[in-house]
Amino acid sequence: MIAEFGLAALWLAAALAALQLLSGCLSLTEKGQNLALLVRPAAVIQAVLCAAAFGSLLLLFARTDLSVLLVAMNSHSAKPMIFKVAATWGNHEGSMLLWVTVMALAGGLIALIEKRLPERTMLATLGAQAFVGLGFYAFLLFSSNPFERLSPPAEQGMGLNPLLQDIGLAFHPPTLYLGYVGLSVAFSFAVGALLTRNVTPEFARVMRPWILGAWIFLTLGITAGSYWAYYELGWGGWWFWDPVENASLMPWLAATALLHSASVLASRDALRTWTIMLGVIAFSMSMMGTFLVRSGILTSVHAFAVDPERGSFILALLVLNIGAALVLFALRANTISEGQQFRAVSREGALVINNVALSAILGIVLLGTLYPLLTEAFGIRVSVGPPYFNPVSAIFAVPMLIVLAVGPMLRWRRDSLGRIEKPIIAVILAGLVGIIVAFSLGGIELLPFIGIVLSLMVAVGSVLPLKGRSLRRLPLAVWGMVIAHLGIAVALFGMSADSAFTQQTLVAASPGDVAKVGPWTITLESVDPVAGPNWTALEGRMAASYRDEPAQRIAPQSRTFWAPPQQTSESALLTRWNGQLYAVIGNEAEDGRWQLRLWWKPFVTFIWYGGIMIALGGLLALMGRVSVDLRRRHAQRRIEQRHEGYVQ
Amino acid sequence: MKGFRIGLWLIVAVALGVLALFATQLSKPKDDLVRSQMIGKPVPQFKLDAIVPDRPGLSSADLADGKPKLLNIFASWCVPCAAEAPQLAALEAQGVNIVGVAIRDKPADASQFLQLYGNPYSRIGADNLSAVQLAIGSSGVPESFVVDGKGIIRYQHIGDIQDRDVPVLLQKLREAGQ
Repeated sequence: MIAEFGLAALWLAAALAALQLLSGCLSLTEKGQNLALLVRPAAVIQAVLCAAAFGSLLLLFARTDLSVLLVAMNSHSAKPMIFKVAATWGNHEGSMLLWVTVMALAGGLIALIEKRLPERTMLATLGAQAFVGLGFYAFLLFSSNPFERLSPPAEQGMGLNPLLQDIGLAFHPPTLYLGYVGLSVAFSFAVGALLTRNVTPEFARVMRPWILGAWIFLTLGITAGSYWAYYELGWGGWWFWDPVENASLMPWLAATALLHSASVLASRDALRTWTIMLGVIAFSMSMMGTFLVRSGILTSVHAFAVDPERGSFILALLVLNIGAALVLFALRANTISEGQQFRAVSREGALVINNVALSAILGIVLLGTLYPLLTEAFGIRVSVGPPYFNPVSAIFAVPMLIVLAVGPMLRWRRDSLGRIEKPIIAVILAGLVGIIVAFSLGGIELLPFIGIVLSLMVAVGSVLPLKGRSLRRLPLAVWGMVIAHLGIAVALFGMSADSAFTQQTLVAASPGDVAKVGPWTITLESVDPVAGPNWTALEGRMAASYRDEPAQRIAPQSRTFWAPPQQTSESALLTRWNGQLYAVIGNEAEDGRWQLRLWWKPFVTFIWYGGIMIALGGLLALMGRVSVDLRRRHAQRRIEQRHEGYVQ
Repeated sequence: MKGFRIGLWLIVAVALGVLALFATQLSKPKDDLVRSQMIGKPVPQFKLDAIVPDRPGLSSADLADGKPKLLNIFASWCVPCAAEAPQLAALEAQGVNIVGVAIRDKPADASQFLQLYGNPYSRIGADNLSAVQLAIGSSGVPESFVVDGKGIIRYQHIGDIQDRDVPVLLQKLREAGQ
């Protein structure tokens, strides 16, 4: 019954999306103005129905209802509850249902509360939102029905890929999806503004919380995904320039650029067309990422269910949404006037450099990701990796980071570098200190060297805007900017330190043997079998001591799952403030010795601390913006009430 | 302003180009085979110990003794390797000299495998680290290579040898012998 209820709710939600699209479009014409009444309620009811459908699927997975095909294919009664729940979105159909659900909830929320924009623009926006949503409903209902029954029911489920039976998975994909879908809202706003030729600072202010929200989730999703890959895959690496990672990085780059250009539009009424274009591109990148991941068109470590038919469907959606939006943009862009002018040396000028550099890096990542696909069309197989991505994106990242260090201190509209002479000298001094320190350590390659120097410059530059201001009265949004920029410096330092100072040993050891890596001494004490709920493992028990400190226990495992059968390595991590010890146990050699791989990774954790700081900065900015909006709305209501009082 | 408009349509054109590329690549069957880059090149230097007592090990010098050979990459733990055993036996019956490279295998398992499915090999080398496998450009098990009398790799067959592949391999071996 639950499955049938869920399916019915999904069909009804799709019907309401169709109604929302039709009434939204017609209400923009003269004859159909009465239909405007339908648009907002349709969006709200659609959100409720969609949430009901997702709730049904969640319940089916929690109960391990094996008469539902999707549950039988992806879950198992022996799994811990948290992974049963996570299995709901750990597969193609469930993740697509999550996608439309979040999208419908976002649409419902806008319909319910957003009253600042002209009503025509809102109707066009909700119409655009329904247009995008309808495509995904069709996709779910016609080619990926999550509620399909299995008759007769399966005896037992097939299980979930053991690599994914991890707490990181429970949150990584839904977090990224929240980000992608948040960008769909920005996309709909951009299309709505284009359709009604209404690109104003107010429009940017309305769109900004959605961009910020999406950006926070994308940042968290990428950070969590990177940490998951780091400790679960057992390679000791944290970023592989894998197509699926790039698919999440590209929307983040576009969203970061969009965030900054929307700020310019909101404060200074400049960069109108550019903001609209980034709004279109950011969501296009999200959709393209989904396509690349789901169609299996590129080879990747992320082995999702690959199905050409589904690929074709997403491609069709991609053509419809992106094609239509870009053509609309090309037709309308020159009817939008460019807005306020500004000098090259100004806050706007610095933000334009940030935007151009981010867009260039986006282009570089896009090219590197699609290049193998392009050459394959001519019969040549290539793979593109760090030797391309790292130096080529650095060409644009380096000037961008230098501008990041000084840009926030510039004034809007026009300024001179002479006015901020002292802060610039402070940033340069930080850079010089970095150069001296990095030189004295010696033997550092060029890119990590530049990274360390830049991270110091950005760290100093990002806190300088606090100077001379009352910290108590500082708006939350400014705090957000400072913390996010500082987070960039922290993450950059972690990345550079990891590639500059990592030490690695690979040894074959029998119990009792001692291995050394960096300042660590590790003794392999024993290798014992252990058992978990749905796996068995060999656990290497080790004692690790840092210099002369007392030893700490670590126990990496080589796990064997039995549903489905697969081996994974569970690395053991020992975190200190200045880095991490990373230990992996491999196979047994013939002579009873065990393969141990040990890394000492100085400051590697800073990568993820930085990521969290960036997201936290975004959160503070979001809170600041929303509270200002609420206060303004409250004040306006009081003025209106007073006005009504006069009339009476 | 004209340049701006051209730029806009250029973006549309690039986007359409990318989408068209996706469409063509999606319609093609996915080719997951990793072809060896070593075809036409001599077998790299190697020397592998024997894995079973009744067959000698294998070195690159054995492959350059003037006669063409079929080099078969197999393992006792590999199911398709058992499936191709009758075809290997048929090739051996036609007078083909087959040499084997056992990948990450144990002597006891290998002996049992050969007892069960037959032993068409004149020599078998134990490649415990997949070093030789990687060096000659094989990415999976089973794979077979036609090597001519001078030790040059002539042809690669990926996956198990099926009935229809036997004449093809015989033809390639004949060409390699000329």
